[in-house]
Amino acid sequence: MAVDTTTSQPTATAAGGDTPARGPRRTAGTPGRLRLALGKHWYAWTLVAPVVIVIAVLVGYPLVQGLYLSTTDANDKNSEKQIGDFLHIPASYKNVGLSNYTDILFGAHTNFWARLGWTVTWTVSCVAVSFVIGLTLAIMLNRKVRGRSVYRTLLILPWAVPAFVSTFSWRFIMNNDRGFLNHALQALGLPTFDWLNDPTMAQISVVMVNVWLAFPFVMVAVLGGLQSIPGELYEAAEMDGANAWQQFWNITLPALRPISSTVILLSTIWTFNMFPVIFLLTNGGPGDETQLLVTAAYQKAFTGLRQFGESSAWGVLILLILVVFAVVYRRSLRKQGEVW
Amino acid sequence: MARSEKRSLGASLALHAGLGGAALIAVFPVLWVFLTSLKPAGRETSSAFFDHPSFAAYGELLSKTKFLTWFGNTVLIAGFTTVLGVFLAATTGYAVSRFRFPGMRPLMWTLLVTQMFPVAILIVPIYQLLGKFHLLNQPLGLILTYMTISVPFCAWTMKGYFDTISSEIDEAGRIDGLNPFGTFWRLILPLARPGLAVTAFYSFITAWGEVAYASQFMTGLDKMTLAGGLQTFVNQYTQNWSMMSTASVLIAIPAAVVFVLVQRHLVAGQTAGSIK
Repeated sequence: MAVDTTTSQPTATAAGGDTPARGPRRTAGTPGRLRLALGKHWYAWTLVAPVVIVIAVLVGYPLVQGLYLSTTDANDKNSEKQIGDFLHIPASYKNVGLSNYTDILFGAHTNFWARLGWTVTWTVSCVAVSFVIGLTLAIMLNRKVRGRSVYRTLLILPWAVPAFVSTFSWRFIMNNDRGFLNHALQALGLPTFDWLNDPTMAQISVVMVNVWLAFPFVMVAVLGGLQSIPGELYEAAEMDGANAWQQFWNITLPALRPISSTVILLSTIWTFNMFPVIFLLTNGGPGDETQLLVTAAYQKAFTGLRQFGESSAWGVLILLILVVFAVVYRRSLRKQGEVW
Repeated sequence: MARSEKRSLGASLALHAGLGGAALIAVFPVLWVFLTSLKPAGRETSSAFFDHPSFAAYGELLSKTKFLTWFGNTVLIAGFTTVLGVFLAATTGYAVSRFRFPGMRPLMWTLLVTQMFPVAILIVPIYQLLGKFHLLNQPLGLILTYMTISVPFCAWTMKGYFDTISSEIDEAGRIDGLNPFGTFWRLILPLARPGLAVTAFYSFITAWGEVAYASQFMTGLDKMTLAGGLQTFVNQYTQNWSMMSTASVLIAIPAAVVFVLVQRHLVAGQTAGSIK
């Protein structure tokens, strides 16, 4: 955090000071450009002001603070504390430069890369599977089928139930010796699995549960997209002798492109940062097998020594990865001629 | 649009089988929790669908645990988050949809990027910030925190909604002598009711089911929200399945009620928000 201690005069260009560049502007012959802008835009600015304030105080400040913490050795012991009303212990952590980052990225005992690998696997499989399932169900629901609204309501249910409730239910169902799933498999004479404690099965299970949670969002969004495709397009195609598959490939899919790209972007970000499913289903276990970057960072901050500094560095790295992803994704969409 | 279709019987059956199967999987975990909550103590893990069903566990949950307190806390927090979040998102969405003003693009970008913030980067600073202002274990602290999650998404959704409302309506309002706020409040907002419903739904569900912040910020047994409270039923050695399933059912009901109220609008609202 660069605190400007040298308040010397000539660098008073705009942004820094409290009363910026009033004089120069006047003399530059554009009197009251600010006032002009204010007159023109005041209502827009008033309308967005509350959000700007909320974001600045509750996201901006914590973000800056988080960036700063990531360069310190802050933990629970050396952070600022207030015990009772009188005893105030000031913060005593110190700046350690980028050593949190180098430890995470290159340290001998770092588990960052392993966790990153799993997080990417998890995100890709969750997004791909839930997208395909959501798309398929949306196309089925878009047909004239009896009981359509009943089906739709039932299929959106996983979205409507709080994740911690349904996660609990899944943990109960997947319980090794008392869960419904293994009981049912046993009754059918099929092999049973230790769904949540076997390393590979646990990874498959968390993906399954997350797909279950995520597909309704895709389905609803795609369904909206499908309903906005004009029916004449299909009629014209039919007249031209296009079969169902050709219609799907040449009309439906292209029409769904804009909505799909948004859905995939949002799902990717949400899945990458998915907290409750892992935290409540396996808590990262067995071992570290299902630990995502975000749950690993959380654990660092709130269990054991409470390494706030290191945890913040994890957070910054996660954010960087996502921003890079979003920029690349957006650029590749643009290249394909999509304005977004 | 659904086309005029002549389907074979086989295709119809396949369609129903597919949708029915998917619906069954979608519903089963919720149904199973409900059935479990009806089973008597000691038989929670029975695989039978019905096993001496009774509501005894509900009585026990309500009388012997802090469930009602947690429930009240969560209603308060989710309610305020929804009202405040939707209002802020609506004003911002309207401004961004209607006016070209300096700072608009950066604002849109900020709102988008904010959605990428992992819990991990904000939770420690917010924790310390709330601690500094004595807002830990206070509903207000959690409400403010939840705004950071719900407002950005809701503002984007609302912008998409307002974009679909013709700006001729604004002009008509102006001609009739309404100022911009009057136009927004009296003309546009009522038209955007479906969008408001969707954002309200999203804010409510977010606050109702949030786990990470809630379990760190609200730690007093009297201050917990449902997400945190439910975790007290599980510890390393024993899991009180009966209490948990009973609580789960009671937690899912309000969410489902809100959901049923807004789901008519869900399809349309989501699209408008996502495409634009």
